[in-house]
Amino acid sequence: MRQAGLVLGGVIVGIALLCAILAPWIVPHDPFLQNLDNRLAVPFWMEGSNPAHLLGTDQLGRDYLSRLVHGARISMLIGVLTVVASGLIGTTLGVLGGFFGGRVDDAVLFAITCRLAIPVVLVALAVVGLLGSSLTLVILVLGLLLWDRFAVVARSTTMQLRNLDYVAAAWSAGVSTPGILLKEILPNIASHLAVVATLEMALAILLEAALSFLGLGVPPPLPSWGLMIAEGKDYMFFSPWVIFIPGVTLFIVVLGINLLGDGLRDLLGAGDTR
Amino acid sequence: MLRFALRRLAVALLVALTVMTLSFLLTRLSGDLAISIAGAGATPEDVAIIRRAYGLDRPLVAQFLDWAGRAAVGDFGDSYFFKARVSTLIAERMPVTLTLGLTGLAIALAVSIPLGILAAVREASWVDRLVQLVAMVGQAMPSFWLGLILMITFGLRLGWLPISGTGSWEHYVMPGVVLAFSAIPALTRLTRSGMIQALGSDYIRTARAKGLSRLSILGKHALRNAAIPVVSIAAVQLGFMLGGSIVIETVFALHGVGFLAWESISKNDFPVVQAVVLVLALIYIALTMAADLLNGLLDPRLRAA
Repeated sequence: MRQAGLVLGGVIVGIALLCAILAPWIVPHDPFLQNLDNRLAVPFWMEGSNPAHLLGTDQLGRDYLSRLVHGARISMLIGVLTVVASGLIGTTLGVLGGFFGGRVDDAVLFAITCRLAIPVVLVALAVVGLLGSSLTLVILVLGLLLWDRFAVVARSTTMQLRNLDYVAAAWSAGVSTPGILLKEILPNIASHLAVVATLEMALAILLEAALSFLGLGVPPPLPSWGLMIAEGKDYMFFSPWVIFIPGVTLFIVVLGINLLGDGLRDLLGAGDTR
Repeated sequence: MLRFALRRLAVALLVALTVMTLSFLLTRLSGDLAISIAGAGATPEDVAIIRRAYGLDRPLVAQFLDWAGRAAVGDFGDSYFFKARVSTLIAERMPVTLTLGLTGLAIALAVSIPLGILAAVREASWVDRLVQLVAMVGQAMPSFWLGLILMITFGLRLGWLPISGTGSWEHYVMPGVVLAFSAIPALTRLTRSGMIQALGSDYIRTARAKGLSRLSILGKHALRNAAIPVVSIAAVQLGFMLGGSIVIETVFALHGVGFLAWESISKNDFPVVQAVVLVLALIYIALTMAADLLNGLLDPRLRAA
């Protein structure tokens, strides 16, 4: 069962990554090409569908499947880059706090407490609202906001390692402090951080979709899944599939990442990092 | 206990001050606020007038001290767009957000506590796995999308519930369910692990040996101990839910504080934006502090930390 989750998650994430990388070469149509004569064409499971547009077309006649596949690019890009940024911030803070303890640790704990008090969605919306929506800004804002779990986990795992024999051995062998942090501590907390990375990646993708849905994330005409749902909202009562397709895709990809993370946790024995 | 409480209060005040500074700096990010307020098509003279009128020509520190001093006594200035006191606007909208948050929390608790107990009692069985799967599904659900799907299903197709607005209690059902989804995974997992820990402890073995009924062991002994962390996490979750309700309020056109913030962001109404960020952060800080104090009261070991 657990293994099944890991495999399923891996397959879903693998497909999403492939779509993200290969999008321009595998989609049947240009995702930005409008055709006002062929608006809101129905997907393949409904009567009157057109085999040329398997998932139908949107309100501007753009091929839905092509937009969906290109949307994977945006979600994966946001997920990966946000995790890189927040992982760097959170891990640095957590390792420093956990390793040095005392005043340093107090400062790190205080930073985590402050970060948790800040309402993420609201602040992200406000920043994008003030500075104008762009993909780069969304990544930056989410990266600067989602480091708390990295810091918490890096801190507690570093604390456990700090007093172990092999670290003491490295000390007495004359290894410098940065050397110990990079060569002894970091490799040994990496599996815990990998699990956090999957959770944060899933969260970042969900948040980007929510921001884009509210009109303060990725700007149109980029095919973000959240934006596709927002654009389909006006037609959802008569053509529910316009919000159904991107929503289900978003849900499955996020679920896949979470399944992968859960499986990794068991596989690497990373314990409870939630 | 008093020492612990005082130290906790001091930390909370420091956090509040930091968040206050951050929410002030947040709205100065764009560089020149006067240009944003003046809007497109304003002449440099217009911008200069606005800059003077709103005191934006003063040093940043002076502006901050002025704002912080007033905010400390509940005066957040005037809204540019709504032409009203920011404090009045927030006070008017807060009941909607609080009702939504408490509804969401109540639904989340009503779902996750039974699920968590069920999973713990049948640990490692298919029931347990199913419950964990439910938690994972809840975690992956895009809340705004779930809201739209519920609107189509229960609002339009079945006609059971109103689609948007705040007229009656029925207006809070769908938004409450959607908001609950964000808290259910964490609360379910915590109830489950708390119950598993409690069920494996010595006093439960004693209770079993005494021949107490299964129900009384579960309800009276295990649950009471598992409830302590659940109550404190519930307080923290409520804080997160109030902060995150902006998305759901916008989807369902519930005119609460989140909706107010969304309107203000799109109108560059920065006094409202920074006040809402600050107020929601303060509520979160107060809730977590209350949870910590409660924990300290119930579990003396925590006071040393």
